[in-house]
Amino acid sequence: MKVFYAFVMDGMKTALRGGPLYYMWMLFLLVLIGITAWSYSHQWTEGMVITGLSDQVSWGFYIANFAFFVGIAAAGVLLTVPAYIFHRKDVKSVVIIGEAMALSAVVVAMGFVAVDIGRLDRAWHVIPGLGKFNWPNSMLAWDIVVLNVYLFLNLFIPMYILFKHYQGKETPVRKYFFWVVIACFWAISIHTVTAWLLSSNVARPFWHTALMAPRFISSAFTAGPALMIIILQAVRRYTDYPVSQSVIKMLAIIMTISLQISLYFVAAELFTDFYFEGAHAASMHYLFLGLDGFDGLKSWIWTAVGLNLVALTLLMVHKTRENRVTLNIACVLGFVGIWIEKGMGLVVTGFIPTPLGEIFEYSPTLMEIGVSVGIYALGAFVFTILTKVAIEVELGRIGKHKNILKGVGNISDTVKQVKTAAAK
Amino acid sequence: MTEQQHPDDKSLDEQTLPDLAKRHFFKKLGMVGATGAAAATGVSSAVEIIKEPNKPSWGGATFSDAMGDFFQDHYSRMSDEEMNEALERIKRKAKQKFGVDINCEDTKPMPDTYFGYALNISKCRGYRECVEGCIRENNQGRDSQVQYIRVLEMDEGDSNLEHSDHYYDPATVPVAGKYYMPVQCQQCDNAPCVKACPVEATWMDKDGIVVIDYNWCIGCRMCMSACPYWARHFNWTEPQIAAQDLNPNTNYLGNRPRMKGVVEKCHFCTQRTRKGRQPACMEACPTGARVFGNLLDPESEIRWILENKTVFRLKEELGTEPKFWYYTDEARART
Ligand code: SF4
Ligand code: SF4
Repeated sequence: MKVFYAFVMDGMKTALRGGPLYYMWMLFLLVLIGITAWSYSHQWTEGMVITGLSDQVSWGFYIANFAFFVGIAAAGVLLTVPAYIFHRKDVKSVVIIGEAMALSAVVVAMGFVAVDIGRLDRAWHVIPGLGKFNWPNSMLAWDIVVLNVYLFLNLFIPMYILFKHYQGKETPVRKYFFWVVIACFWAISIHTVTAWLLSSNVARPFWHTALMAPRFISSAFTAGPALMIIILQAVRRYTDYPVSQSVIKMLAIIMTISLQISLYFVAAELFTDFYFEGAHAASMHYLFLGLDGFDGLKSWIWTAVGLNLVALTLLMVHKTRENRVTLNIACVLGFVGIWIEKGMGLVVTGFIPTPLGEIFEYSPTLMEIGVSVGIYALGAFVFTILTKVAIEVELGRIGKHKNILKGVGNISDTVKQVKTAAAK
Repeated sequence: MTEQQHPDDKSLDEQTLPDLAKRHFFKKLGMVGATGAAAATGVSSAVEIIKEPNKPSWGGATFSDAMGDFFQDHYSRMSDEEMNEALERIKRKAKQKFGVDINCEDTKPMPDTYFGYALNISKCRGYRECVEGCIRENNQGRDSQVQYIRVLEMDEGDSNLEHSDHYYDPATVPVAGKYYMPVQCQQCDNAPCVKACPVEATWMDKDGIVVIDYNWCIGCRMCMSACPYWARHFNWTEPQIAAQDLNPNTNYLGNRPRMKGVVEKCHFCTQRTRKGRQPACMEACPTGARVFGNLLDPESEIRWILENKTVFRLKEELGTEPKFWYYTDEARART
């Protein structure tokens, strides 16, 4: 218990200390969070009328971001599986960064749900026992459960391992293997349930397709690795933590395959809707071609298609995938492309036309974006702190064990191995 | 309150509702134009912040009332005493907000009743009197322009909802070559909205009416995505009603004043029908197109219609089992 207290205190100290660059970064994030606090206070007092939402399009930017970031959270599993199931040493050394990313993404996703509901003061109504939980009927009730469990798993497993390392101990994988397997399945479940939140609605033909969940997973496994590749490079650049290039290569391959599958799914949907166009194809028609002179999302979706195709080309050519600059370009394009396709494309389009055939368009207001920026920032904030502490522990710079007391520092076995691997 | 219609400057009685609907439509059209243009940058330039007039703290309530609201339990778990307190709070709040003494009851479903509605589309002429009657009865926010009933103007020979006109001008009705189809909550017997709600804030009562507890709804809008009839409306802002327009006879699971951030919809006028009266829309309809009644009563008019007319229900293929039927004057040929 005393050791755990020291662990927490050391962690907090680490989070509070840093160079000028670190302080500036954190301050920047705090400013963004402040913008959100200010914007949300307006939303709270005036109502959600400050958003671009309407009875016609009742979910927009917030829920789009929610769906997208649940996907990013699920993509954490892409490091967990190779690290713990296939025992790849290079991946295992950075898996903690993947877990931190997953955790932060869950925080972002929950943040977006929090600002989207009209009565945040009644959030306690969803607490099982205290409130009234429509289980197992409501998909939103399911989502609340799976997201919270995922949050817990991604907090608990890395904490356990880090705490052991803090004490200079190695834990055999079999001790927590069970929980790792659970976390892997859970990652898929959170994103599947989020897709079902949409596809369970018989009222919305555009969403009511079995392909929704597979589409969600494949696009998440594109955007997730894209973000992870960029983050791992940032870690390599701004810290002395070793990140082996082989991990980035692996992620780039995963991203390539997922993007191919994702685009294939889009093509399959397009064929089904457009070969013989029925009334149910109206939303798809609106999205890609516009409907009755309204085409607010057309430029978005074609941009997304373009970005994804360029990203795919860069990823499929061996040379450009291996090249640092072009790989990064592909990651940014793929990330943005998926964000548009999934967010604005999949969520908003489902509402147009309405079930009574009315076409009413939506675009986010400045206030809505103001509410959102700080939620992203909060994710980045959480991620920065988690990663910073994790790195200090892993590199043996904080801890309660004999090497530290001797003053020589301790490097955990995995990191040692990775250092040698990266040096090669 | 720039573009908003404030109930104080002109009461709803003076200004006919269709005018409002039209204005609302043009306002929306303007917004659509703006959003379309701004889509490239992704930001709608027109951010309007609507200030609430003289809003007291605690949402217009005393601290203890605010706490009482906060801790209020789910409808099914409230004791009689808790319910009475809740009703008192509602009355106090209405007094504070509107300066009106209202009555609010928790009227339970009557025994042996199961309500259904039938609408004769050959009689309906698109006057939108039902829409107006509903708003007067059910205390919808006047500036937020919530309407439970939407009358669609359809081309003869075409029942594709996408071709319908939602914002036709009622001064011209009936237009040759058109017919009119009012749509409101269909009180689905197998209601997707009820299934979707994460907190059971909406459910089907014993008399078949799908009701909402506005004090339990968290405003997640799952139900709005789930409803195939676009019957549910969200309070994007605090509903404003002029004192003289407030209907003081209210029901807890019915027309009591709502707050911002919650969903509402047609509830078959629980405050009337659970006391044996007609719903307001039926009373308002000048053509007699609407027939409301107890499906369990073999002598009721609605049973006669179901047994003798050719009826249809909207989007029946979805399996929602609406308790709202449409029919025409042509009697069914009997063999
Ligand atoms: S019409 Fe919509 S709101 Fe009414 S019961 Fe059916 S699903 Fe629910
Ligand atoms: S908006 Fe209210 S009634 Fe609708 S699903 Fe959410 S909590 Fe239930």
